[in-house]
Amino acid sequence: MATTTTTVHGAGPFVGSRSFMRRLREGDEIVRLITFLFAAFVVLVTLLLVFELWVGSTLPRHKFGFHFFVTSVWDPISDQFGALPFIYGTVVTASISLILAVPLGIGAAIFLAELAPARVSDVLQFFIDLLAAVPSVIYGVLGVFIVIPLMREYIQPALKSSLGFLPLFQGPAYGVGFFTAGVVLAIMVIPYIISVSREVLLSVPRDQREAALALGATRWESTWKVVVPFARTGIMGSIFLALARALGETMAVTMVIGNTPTISASLFSPGYSIAAVIANEFTEATGDIYLQSLIELGLVLFLLTFILNGLARLLIVATSQRGSGMGQA
Amino acid sequence: MKRITGLLVAAVLVLAGAGIVWADNPLSINGAGATFPYPIYSKWFDEYHKKTPNVQINYQSIGSGGGIKQVTEGTVDFGASDGPMNDDQLKAFKAKHGFGILHFPTVLGADIPTYNVPGVSAELNFTPEAVAGIFLGRITKWNDPAIAGANSGIKLPANDIVVVHRSDGSGTTYIWTDYLAKVSDDWKNKVGKGASVNWPVGLGGKGNEGVAGLIKQTPNSFGYIELIYAIQNNMLYGRVKNSSGAFIKADLASVTAAAAGAAKDMPADFRVSITNAPGKNAYPISSFTWLLIPEKFSDASKRDAIKGFVSWMLTDGQNSAEVLSYAKLPKEVVVKEKQALAQVQ
Repeated sequence: MATTTTTVHGAGPFVGSRSFMRRLREGDEIVRLITFLFAAFVVLVTLLLVFELWVGSTLPRHKFGFHFFVTSVWDPISDQFGALPFIYGTVVTASISLILAVPLGIGAAIFLAELAPARVSDVLQFFIDLLAAVPSVIYGVLGVFIVIPLMREYIQPALKSSLGFLPLFQGPAYGVGFFTAGVVLAIMVIPYIISVSREVLLSVPRDQREAALALGATRWESTWKVVVPFARTGIMGSIFLALARALGETMAVTMVIGNTPTISASLFSPGYSIAAVIANEFTEATGDIYLQSLIELGLVLFLLTFILNGLARLLIVATSQRGSGMGQA
Repeated sequence: MKRITGLLVAAVLVLAGAGIVWADNPLSINGAGATFPYPIYSKWFDEYHKKTPNVQINYQSIGSGGGIKQVTEGTVDFGASDGPMNDDQLKAFKAKHGFGILHFPTVLGADIPTYNVPGVSAELNFTPEAVAGIFLGRITKWNDPAIAGANSGIKLPANDIVVVHRSDGSGTTYIWTDYLAKVSDDWKNKVGKGASVNWPVGLGGKGNEGVAGLIKQTPNSFGYIELIYAIQNNMLYGRVKNSSGAFIKADLASVTAAAAGAAKDMPADFRVSITNAPGKNAYPISSFTWLLIPEKFSDASKRDAIKGFVSWMLTDGQNSAEVLSYAKLPKEVVVKEKQALAQVQ
């Protein structure tokens, strides 16, 4: 009761349009307005963010221009700043993490949604949700004490001796580097992929499965050829979420990547990512152009996320015709 | 309804009671800056508040760069930094406020070289040439004559050295690169000194704990750590050859000795680097950390409170420095600082 009265008071200036008042009283207009404001707020925050990053990075944009993206010297003493090694590190680590996490995550989600008994699935889901809530610094510590030694002592030497002819797996094995960062990121994003994909798979209508089974498909055929294609868009959504987290992750990455701005074909080489360098150097960045270059890196990260998300969406559009066709089959 | 009124009345009474305490609220002074001296600063501010309950000093350890920026912008009453402000920064302060800012050394810190060489558990000796050569990427093997020559009797392996440095901007890096720039012209010209630099070689670890962790885990590694962290964690670290030719192990006494060695030529504004300082027992990779206090305060009670704190810090406060493993100021510097305090008006 009280709320209605206050809102009508609040809408004072609009008195006069009776039909509007009526719609107000019925609530539709209010809900419309409120939800619109909420939606607009998200867009506004995004725009404000870009604006602030843009204004905050005036000096380096004018001084370095496009060179900022293609040079690789990062020297705060002589005020030379190039973002290429950081962009490279961010893209490489995020790619490694997705290459590892997507098959694992979707495979696990299929098991949980389609094959596991409901009780087992629910219990496992509980643990997966717990994993998604673990703070990233914990994953960083895990990386430092478990993944790095494993990498240096066993995994990297093994990869070197078996696949060492590829430039990807050459060079000294420090334990820290692109590969380790990618693996730790993969561990971090798998819960997101499993959790979201499982929900999507579970929401595929029962008729779809039954229809496939009725046509003589095996359980696996119905899952792989009917259920998964039907859920394709949702699964892609889970991958976006994972990608976003992998691109922006800071703490865990800086603890295991080696923090050296290098571009190297070797995945064992130490590297650096955009988020990590911002976190590392922001507090002690004293010169104006130094600080603003870090802000421009923030802008670059934003653009990178934007572009990669766009590319991934294009990929879906390009493949979804086939997907939905199969879903309807 | 009655109960709610009752609660309200009670709440109002409690607030009124608190108001009596508030009426006596202490003068609040805000500072921000260096993280390295934060443990001793918070202990000092706490002790000083107990001694003079009407002064409450709040300190945010946001980093030296942030401290300089905030005190210049006037958002805090004083700043703190591990490296002295440079001439441009002093000029910027003066342009904004119309008066200058003063540096007051509070305690001393030092960096130590630490390493993880399989089969070596002895304290190694390092010459300035060896340290600079390793960090420039010119000395790449542990058995290089530049290292082995100073460590006769210790068998060093022919393994590649893995250099480890700080990845986050820090005063610790400032001291280390300031030292390297003094002992090596190549370092000075190619890299320079600062809280973050463009490292020629090496892996970056975040914070002292990150560097220590990388060194502990990586065989054949070499890096630098803040002395206090090394003492508190019982780490193995090496001696460094000072300007008199003696190999000195860093401890609180040898760091204070470095400050005493530099005190003779102390400039009036205390903006001095004491790396590679003269003195037989001086440890060469040491530095002051400074409070940055504006010359003029519009609020006389704030001015008196800050001056009161600094003179207490220079006398009684110094005694609690060593408990927290900070090297205290030499007597010569304390005398000069007391004189300089009169400039704050």
